[in-house]
Amino acid sequence: MSRHIISVLVENEAGALSRISGLFSARGYNIETLTVAPTEDASMSRMTIVTTGSEDVVEQITKQLNKLIEVVKVIDLSEAEHIERELMLIKVRAGQKEREDMKRMADIFRGRIIDVSDNTYTIELTGTGNKLDAFIQALEPGSIIETVRTGASGIGRGSRVLRV
Amino acid sequence: MDRIKASTLTGAEIVIRCLQEEGVEFVFGYPGGAVLHIYDELFKQDKVKHVLVRHEQGAVHAADGYSRSSHKVGVALVTSGPGVTNAVTGIATAYMDSIPMVVITGQVPTHAIGLDAFQECDTVGITRPVVKHNMLVKDVNDLAGAMKKAFHIATTGRPGPVVVDIPKDVTAATCEFHYPETVSLRSYNPVRKGHAGQIKKAVQLLLEAERPMVYTGGGVVLSNSSSQLIDLVRSLGFPCTSTLMGLGAYPGTDKQFLGMLGMHGTYEANMAMQHCDVLLAIGARFDDRVIGDPAHFAQNPRKIIHIDIDPSSISKRVKVDVPIVGNIPDVLEELLKLISSAKTERKSIDAWWKQIGEWRAKDCLRYDRKSAIIKPQFVLEKLYEVTKGEAFVTSDVGQHQMWAAQFYKFNEPRRWINSGGLGTMGFGLPAAMGVQLANRGATVACVTGESSIQMCLQELSTCKQYRLPIKIVNLNNRYMGMVRQWQEFFHGNRYSESYMDALPDFVKLAEGYGHRGVLIDKPADVEPALKEAFSRKSELVFLDFITDQKENVYPMVPGGKGITEMILYEDL
Repeated sequence: MSRHIISVLVENEAGALSRISGLFSARGYNIETLTVAPTEDASMSRMTIVTTGSEDVVEQITKQLNKLIEVVKVIDLSEAEHIERELMLIKVRAGQKEREDMKRMADIFRGRIIDVSDNTYTIELTGTGNKLDAFIQALEPGSIIETVRTGASGIGRGSRVLRV
Repeated sequence: MDRIKASTLTGAEIVIRCLQEEGVEFVFGYPGGAVLHIYDELFKQDKVKHVLVRHEQGAVHAADGYSRSSHKVGVALVTSGPGVTNAVTGIATAYMDSIPMVVITGQVPTHAIGLDAFQECDTVGITRPVVKHNMLVKDVNDLAGAMKKAFHIATTGRPGPVVVDIPKDVTAATCEFHYPETVSLRSYNPVRKGHAGQIKKAVQLLLEAERPMVYTGGGVVLSNSSSQLIDLVRSLGFPCTSTLMGLGAYPGTDKQFLGMLGMHGTYEANMAMQHCDVLLAIGARFDDRVIGDPAHFAQNPRKIIHIDIDPSSISKRVKVDVPIVGNIPDVLEELLKLISSAKTERKSIDAWWKQIGEWRAKDCLRYDRKSAIIKPQFVLEKLYEVTKGEAFVTSDVGQHQMWAAQFYKFNEPRRWINSGGLGTMGFGLPAAMGVQLANRGATVACVTGESSIQMCLQELSTCKQYRLPIKIVNLNNRYMGMVRQWQEFFHGNRYSESYMDALPDFVKLAEGYGHRGVLIDKPADVEPALKEAFSRKSELVFLDFITDQKENVYPMVPGGKGITEMILYEDL
């Protein structure tokens, strides 16, 4: 069992997302995260799916994805050098007492404070999933009010591209 | 101005025009609110004939049988909501066996979608896991293109059913009609030619084989590659077996044919499958009913060459050494060319044939021929004789299906029509209607059991309306036979709910629908009754054979076991 990050180019049509998520649930494949948005060509969306499975299962996942009529291209990014990033918005307690510490912690992780109220900060943080996990770990458990994460987006390094 | 007017059509007219453009002969369907405009247009023309079934499941099975027996696309037309949900079993059946089909479904008007309207259901959502593709057409301007796309997708690559969901207002809206001649989809381009390097590797393996085996499946039938398969197998001189779905692609009476393999396959086919050193798999998918436990199958080392149009079928349950993705006839022709020009000295496979001969000598399909009660196998042997092996045979699901597959030696493809993947009871009779309509004048038999036949019995009425002279061979053992057999073998003879009390009088029932019914309860009457029935060329005859209640299908590989772990007739 290993972690794979799969990128899918798909026709930007109604129902394409449920076709893909339905495939994963029907065949019992894992989805850790799934992100999707249109590409520079609005007729196409790009999806990044993080999944875990044996080599055989991941091979089946890519084959089954390719079989869907609306799927244009599939690659397993984790087969080679790639970059992945995830965005997290995290709302934390920041009263008079915690304000300074929290600001410093955000700086250490290169987070940006994007909203401030009397008692809270909302911090924007980008990085690999591990980095976001580490930030959460570094905070006092009681200090987190709310988190929202996008799931990973990935892209191949250098000349490795996924396009039509 | 007039010219523009002339080509401006309503959505309903467009649907019919598209069907005409595709050369569709029959539409199997059932009207309802959401498809009334389409039915109105059907009424106004006579090029596309409509066959009115008695239940939407029957419509889809009939379109399916039509397609399987003719290599044309099956077309069904149903209304929204319950029309669709009733059709789902038929669509799933076609999907599991990769049958090219277009199912047109009515939908509530676009403005009502999502508001829980009368007879509304999420057709695209409900059918999504059981179709090759589906689409909801919300704009009449997209309708002709969607229809073209549906036929294109259904028939190319690995075939399958495509659902086109059309809201009622779209069938009333108008636009200019233009039927595209071709479709090009950047996301869908099935391959045809196999990889040349892989084909060369395959040839090398085949020529060096000492214990070769050819294993074929439904893909050979679907791709019409029977003649290429026969040429290849004969030129190689190899033994050949087939899955349930592939029967007939290689002649069942040929000496190189070992019979069907799998859970109820022959002893020789299963033994050869397990012990071969080179396996050529063509259009088959190593499913659980064929090779049983994959770990057991992997115990014997062998090289596997797998030809299939669908890459996802390759190395799914069994790791393959030489995968060849391509259109079967193209790949087989390439293989043949290379084999006939190869200079490699071929190894003798005489020892292998000798071994197979010993396995064959087991005579694994033996049964008690002296029985005073009618044995189901006996009925099928006689059916084979009386129809000279030339009938189209549909079946339902269960013991009778397995006996038909074992005892009716199909010498041609598309003669054996059954639900292999989904295993749908109720398939046989409506499928036979489609077969008979595709093959007017041909002999069509529906082999069934008293449980299966009752699942789509209402279609007897359709048979009457369209004068379909199907011969129903009902093997009536008063049990869901296959369920009973599993309960006997694996559940301590506890026949939980597998006995059917209060069965109808099938003779009277057939008569009630306006057909002829005959009850046969003595072995001596089997052949005369079959002869008499098949001599009636224009009548449907319901033959109710009262058969042995305790007969089992042998050989049998218990679920999850290896294919050589067979229970044989003699073991008991």
